[in-house]
Amino acid sequence: MMIFDVAIIGAGPAGMQAACDLRRRDLSVVVLDEQPAPGGQIWRGVERNCQPGSHLAQGLGAEYRQGADVARSFRASGADYRPLSRVWQIEESSKEAMAQGWQVFVTRESQAEVIEARRILLANGAQERPVPFPGWTRPGVLTVGAAQILLKSGGLLPEGPVWICGAGPLPLLYAHQLRKLGGQIAGFLDTAPRDTLRRGLPHLNGALRDWKSLAKGLGWQAGMRLSGLRRETGVTQLRAEGGDRLERIRWQTPEGEKSATAGVLLIHEGLVPSVHPTLSLQCEHAWSDAQQSLRPVLDPWGETTRSGLFVAGDAAGIDGAKAALAKGALAAIGIARSLGVLSDARARHARVAGDRALSKARAARPLLDSLYPAPEGKIGDDTIVCRCEELTAGQIRAAARRGAADPDRVKAETRAGMGPCQGRQCGYTIARLIAEAHDMPRADVGFHNIRPPLKPVTLGELASLGKTKA
Amino acid sequence: MFRPLPDSPEGPTVTVFVEGQPVVARDGETAASVLLRHLGTARITPVSESPRAPFCMMGCCFDCLAEIDGKGSTQSCLVPVREGMTIARQMGARKVVA
Repeated sequence: MMIFDVAIIGAGPAGMQAACDLRRRDLSVVVLDEQPAPGGQIWRGVERNCQPGSHLAQGLGAEYRQGADVARSFRASGADYRPLSRVWQIEESSKEAMAQGWQVFVTRESQAEVIEARRILLANGAQERPVPFPGWTRPGVLTVGAAQILLKSGGLLPEGPVWICGAGPLPLLYAHQLRKLGGQIAGFLDTAPRDTLRRGLPHLNGALRDWKSLAKGLGWQAGMRLSGLRRETGVTQLRAEGGDRLERIRWQTPEGEKSATAGVLLIHEGLVPSVHPTLSLQCEHAWSDAQQSLRPVLDPWGETTRSGLFVAGDAAGIDGAKAALAKGALAAIGIARSLGVLSDARARHARVAGDRALSKARAARPLLDSLYPAPEGKIGDDTIVCRCEELTAGQIRAAARRGAADPDRVKAETRAGMGPCQGRQCGYTIARLIAEAHDMPRADVGFHNIRPPLKPVTLGELASLGKTKA
Repeated sequence: MFRPLPDSPEGPTVTVFVEGQPVVARDGETAASVLLRHLGTARITPVSESPRAPFCMMGCCFDCLAEIDGKGSTQSCLVPVREGMTIARQMGARKVVA
C-alpha cells in the first residue's frame, strides 16, 4: 500500500496552500475533503461560480473570486485530491516498518478505506458558534453561514420576511452580498453589546495595520445604513416562534420587547475552531478567553503536542482566510522540516515571509474579538441545548448540580452530547452550564471526551474496509 | 423559504426526485438544499417527532439527515445532487432493515 508523505484533511485555503507548497518540495500529498470541489466554506463552489460573466461571482465579491486562483494552483499541484471523502478516524500507525506514521480511516461513496501517511495536517476549518435560544430548532431558522453556503452551492436567496440576527463580520458580508444580488432582508438584529467604542478603542491602533479589511467592514456597515434596512442594536433574548415552521420572532432591546413576522431567521455568533479530531487524538488544548473556544496547542511550526500531527487554518484559531493561507504555508515548512527535507536553518529562513503575512492578517483580530464577543445571556431552562437528544438547559443544569463538574458525567446521565453531532452543537453550552452551576471558570470545565468514530459510520462501510484493494 | 437567483441556474441542471416528485436542481447543489427549498424540512426527530430542517449546511449539526437513494441517516448537506437521485425525509430513527 502507498504511504504518503503527508495526508491533508480539508481543501480550504490552508489545506490547498500547504498542498501546493509540499508538492513543490516533491513530497507526496493526499488531500481528503468532504466537499465535491476545492475551496472550503469560504471559497465553496469557487471553480463553478467563477465562470466568465457570472452574476453570482460578481455578487460574492473580489475576495471570493481570488479563491479561483488558489484552486487552480491546487488542481495543478499534483496532490492526490479526493473530494467527497469523510474522515472518521485517525490513528497513529502501529506498524514497525513505519518509523512514524498515521492511518486515516475515510469513507468515499460508501466505501471505507485506510490511508497511510508519515505526517498529518488537519486543515479542517471552523464551524459557527452554536448559541441556543427558544425555537432555534424550528424549520426556518438557519445559520448565516448555512444561507451563504446555499447561495454559493445552489444559487439560492432567502425569502419570506428574512431576518438576520447576530454579530460579526459574516452577517455584514452576507447582507452586503444579498443586496448586490437582489435579495431582500426585513431587518438586522445586532446582538453586539452597544459600548462599541469603549471595547474597540484599545485594539484600534493595532488593527490599522490591516486597514484594508477595516475599510471593507466599514463599507458593509455604511451600505447597510444607506439601504434603509431596519436595524436594531443591543438585541438580547431572541425567540423563534411558530408551529412546525417559523412564523414570528421576538427580541428584547434596552428599550423594550419587540416582535415581527418572519419566514427565515439567519443567526450567527462568530466561529469556533473544529477541534473534534485533535480532541479525539488527545492533543493538548488551550482555552481562548478572547474567542471563548478551545484550540489545539501548537509549536511555531504548527505541530500539535502529538509528534507528526499538524494543524493549520481556522482549526488552529479563528483568524480568517488570509491568515489561513499563511498558516498553511508555515505548516508546510514545518512538515518539510520534520520530514528532514528542509534543514532547521533553511526552514527558519523560509518562514520569514509567512510569519510576516500571518502577523498582518491577524492584525484586526483582537479588534473583531472585542467588538463581537460570544453572547453571555442566560439560557432559559426550557431552551433546547442538545439538538440531537432534545435536552433542555434545565435538564442539563439539574444534572450538573447533582454531580461533579464533568461534561462526561453529565453526558452519561442525560445523553447530552451523545447524538450524531457528538457535541458539535451542544458541547460548549454544556460546559458553560456546568461552569455556571459550580461557579467555576469556563476554561476549567473542559470538553467531553471525543471518541471514535468522528463521523457516524455504517456497519456496511466498516465491512467494506476489508475489501479495500491493497 | 429559499428561491433561485433571478438569472439562475447558471450552467447545467439535473432532475432529482423528492418523495416521488421531480425537481430540477442546479449542478453543485446539495440534497439538503433541494429538501429545504422544496419541502422546507429534512427529517422528523426520533425523540419528540418534531420537524427539523438543515441548520448548518456544513456537516456539523446532523439536522439534515435524510434518505438518499434509499440510504437512511445520510447527511444530505454533504451529498451533491445527481441525475435521478431519490431524496426523502428521514422519519424518526434509521431502520436497520430496509
